[in-house]
Amino acid sequence: MPKQIILAAHFPGVNNTTVWSDPRAGSQIDFGSFEYLAKTAERGLFDFFFLAEGLRLREQRGLIHDLDVVGRPDTITVLTALAAVTEHLGLAGTLNATWHEPYELARQLATLDHLSGGRAAWNVVTSPGAFFGENFRRGGFLDHADRYVRAEEFIATARTLWDTDGGEFAIRNSQFDIRGRFGVPRSPQGRPVILQAGDSDGGRELAAKHSDAIFSRHHQIDDARRFYRDVKDRLAKYGRAEDSLKIIPGVSYVLGDSDADAQEKAHHIRRQQVSPQTAILLLEQLWNTDLSGYDAEGPLPDIDPVLDEDDTIIKGRAGMYPDRLATAAEWRARAEAKSLSIRDLIIEVTGRQNFIGTPARVAEQLDEYVQTDACDGFILVSHLTPAGLDDFVEQVVPLLQDRGVFRTEYAAGTLRGNLGLS
Amino acid sequence: MTLHLAVALAGDSFAAGDWIDQVRRADEAGLDLVTFDDTFGRRGPDAVQVAARVAPLTRHVGLVPVATTTHTEPFHLSTALATLDWVSRGRAGWQVRVSTDPAEAALLGRRGPLAADELIAEAGDVIEVVRRLWDSWEDDAIIKDVATGRYIDRAKLHYIDFEGPHFTVKGPSIVPRPPQGRPVVAALAHGPRVWDSLDADVFFVTPADADDAARKVRAIAPEKKVFADITVGGHVPADAATFDGTPAQLADLIQNWWTVSGVDGFRLRVTDVADVTDVLVPELRRRGLFQPSEHTTLRERLGLPVAVNRYAARSEEASVA
Repeated sequence: MPKQIILAAHFPGVNNTTVWSDPRAGSQIDFGSFEYLAKTAERGLFDFFFLAEGLRLREQRGLIHDLDVVGRPDTITVLTALAAVTEHLGLAGTLNATWHEPYELARQLATLDHLSGGRAAWNVVTSPGAFFGENFRRGGFLDHADRYVRAEEFIATARTLWDTDGGEFAIRNSQFDIRGRFGVPRSPQGRPVILQAGDSDGGRELAAKHSDAIFSRHHQIDDARRFYRDVKDRLAKYGRAEDSLKIIPGVSYVLGDSDADAQEKAHHIRRQQVSPQTAILLLEQLWNTDLSGYDAEGPLPDIDPVLDEDDTIIKGRAGMYPDRLATAAEWRARAEAKSLSIRDLIIEVTGRQNFIGTPARVAEQLDEYVQTDACDGFILVSHLTPAGLDDFVEQVVPLLQDRGVFRTEYAAGTLRGNLGLS
Repeated sequence: MTLHLAVALAGDSFAAGDWIDQVRRADEAGLDLVTFDDTFGRRGPDAVQVAARVAPLTRHVGLVPVATTTHTEPFHLSTALATLDWVSRGRAGWQVRVSTDPAEAALLGRRGPLAADELIAEAGDVIEVVRRLWDSWEDDAIIKDVATGRYIDRAKLHYIDFEGPHFTVKGPSIVPRPPQGRPVVAALAHGPRVWDSLDADVFFVTPADADDAARKVRAIAPEKKVFADITVGGHVPADAATFDGTPAQLADLIQNWWTVSGVDGFRLRVTDVADVTDVLVPELRRRGLFQPSEHTTLRERLGLPVAVNRYAARSEEASVA
């Protein structure tokens, strides 16, 4: 039997991949949008729904970022409400280990697992930095070097709490000193599914030790295979089997009647995602300085990026460019060679469309990724709220089923069971 | 003029079906609100989540979970409750609670014990922060203006810049202003230490009899809604008056207290909502004392004024000046 593909639905988030300017784009906050996407995913027999977390609104040039979607609900509250309108779909959310506390978060996740009948999943992230801290009692207290320590001790602490079956605990480590009665009996999954997105060596090691799945950023097939091998090879030393950790990259797709039609649609979507204003803003994220005087339809700046990583122009988002000068040189060369404007270049270099073509071609490519160990499945990031997955569910899922690589009904009662995890 | 009716649920079930059954009964009977008890360390589910779990399956009843201000981050409280308002389409409330229990503090491990007065004062700050965050987006902040490429008008988002003795919060919220603007804030108040300190919309008071209820109503600011708590069944030792008798006798008591004291309504502490909805509610309706509200938001049901956004009001003043 071929490997079975894992599929998840990412609720479109607060970055420029979400196209709000399209007339079909619906509300980013009405519960109806969340319900619609979750029900679509469940109709498509997806493994889980995924929602990211907001802790502070993004800022650029010291102002609240206004070009992308802004605002989102509280993660755990929406996931719990979605349990009321779905029956089988896993409910996964990002919850930050820096800005939550283990007792409270473990209790919420265990409550979600109970109230959903075993469908809870937690994407563990950490963030250092005073920027988010300004919204919280304790402020920016976490040293960058301590973020994996915090994450690891947080996960270990949460697992200890879940294992108490509601009983007594006493935990003391470098981050936490807590004791008492947990109060939540063992939930249907025992412990919620743990996802993790860290990509550094420390992040991979943490995933190998504790995670059930990795929300990966590796899309190119060769790169994805290297990542897959690297992470899976780390499992043995923790006594874990290879299939106990699933690799699931976040990907986008565009479907068309023909491959050419799909390419044309993809280009249209990219232009929607990168308005002239957004092009300048994305360029500023590399240049790290105010470029509002530049014309998006004109050439790239001839000044160099500003190298001050302690005072970046964008706040509330992870750093994306380790070597600003090298990347800027690369972008300039590319723009010059192909006579690209700022906007055209940004459309090219920030492109995140991974699978473009007819439903048959997309199904074939997704299957190839999974069967050749580039990944175990996909978190689909659609560009339209809330109907962005309709075409995939209607046109691609049946083809995956025909290939024998995707379920035709939910087999297990819990998310853990559907993912093939013990 | 109709009295308001609420039930207080204190169950510890982790089965969603138990909660759905109870809250649906309240919803179908036209009760104004249900409160969900909670404390850290108890055996039982998180109350905000229980409210969220039943929200999509009910249509009218207000959903008012207990959430404690002593340990939970004010920012998380604000966004969770705003989200409850979104998923319930305008039916969210919040029963504020403080915790003086060192055992609860040990579960979180972040703070030593503080005196009750200090915790209540801090709860006042938390209510202020939570409400400022709810107001930090003006209702028309999302503009989706394709010509300028802007999703929001950032002039309609506001930093709250709260600074108090125990914490600071910058804002704005991550959640757009919820349907009610400001969900209903309630508190259990045994005496003036709470009702004089906390700026709640609703107080649940615990009178011993009708005259005591009247005294409490007189002591509380007139714009507040006052609900008298009565424990029905009387099996648990309680801080509120207990009632044990027939539904008709309970209707008599409610009628008497309501006429004498001027309370706005009653919150019946029950173990099974059916004890209220099966016989008592029809009896109160027959007597013309209770009529389910036609309104869809909890604020409207309770007759609370429209929540004017403090920041929007300020922008208008500024533009006039």
